[in-house]
Amino acid sequence: MNWLKYSSPQTFYPLAGRMVPWFMGIAAVLGLVGLYLAFFAAPTDFQQGDSYRIIFIHVPAAWMSMFIYMVMAFWAGVGLAFNTRLSSMTAHALAPTGALMTFIALWTGAFWGRPTWGAWWVWDARLTSELILLFLYMGYLSLVAAIDDPRRADKASAVLALVGAINVPIIYFSVKWWNTLHQGSSVSITRAPSMASVMLIGMLVMVFAFWAYSIAAVLMRVRCEILERERGAAWTKGLKDS
Amino acid sequence: MQWGSVSEFFAMGGYGLYVWGAYAVTAVVIVAEMVMLVRRGRTLRAGAGRSSHAQSD
Repeated sequence: MNWLKYSSPQTFYPLAGRMVPWFMGIAAVLGLVGLYLAFFAAPTDFQQGDSYRIIFIHVPAAWMSMFIYMVMAFWAGVGLAFNTRLSSMTAHALAPTGALMTFIALWTGAFWGRPTWGAWWVWDARLTSELILLFLYMGYLSLVAAIDDPRRADKASAVLALVGAINVPIIYFSVKWWNTLHQGSSVSITRAPSMASVMLIGMLVMVFAFWAYSIAAVLMRVRCEILERERGAAWTKGLKDS
Repeated sequence: MQWGSVSEFFAMGGYGLYVWGAYAVTAVVIVAEMVMLVRRGRTLRAGAGRSSHAQSD
């Protein structure tokens, strides 16, 4: 099978359309299972009481905010290097969902920080670098919107996305490099997780739910981008019901 | 299951405002994104069938 044929907007459009319901379905099922585990199976934390239940959306959103940025920078870079239209459209489609995940991470963090630290916000390295990530997404989206010529917008925004990628490892390692109020990672590949297993499983189920949701949302947005950009092309006529 | 009653569940051991404040806003922004995407797609597909020069958003 020749996978490269899906790198053209015309062939990717219907494929993306077929994948959306699957990823939405996976996101819904995993989300319900994850919420059940989060609120009914997971016990009350002995230190933080029930406030810790915010972790089940906070960590998945924070992970997705960084992961989506890396994927966005990757596709923006591919678009810049090889001049492939679909790569740049994918990068543009990833940015709003990435910004949304960053907002959720910051918001849920504030609602967790208030009862735990006594403050909605502190200028801690982890929080500040995550806020910079939100500004990077917003700057990227503004730049795309500000340039009328789509090919020039692709190139300029790709440079911004690639330069901004340096912020992602800073966010990730901030809790190690600086003395932060934000707690260290509860899950790490180098040591056993410092969480009860039902909490960990619930959190991982929510991570996969957020992952599936993000894929579905981005595929829907790529389809919109394709229709907008390829409006003049003959193949987009007669797409009324696909 | 650790909740004795429905009101105990909503109280979240005294952290109700924080837990539900976090979850409610997350739900609202996700639903908002979906509604916007579905609408944008519908508008574009309706335009694609008619004219190749249709203006949208």
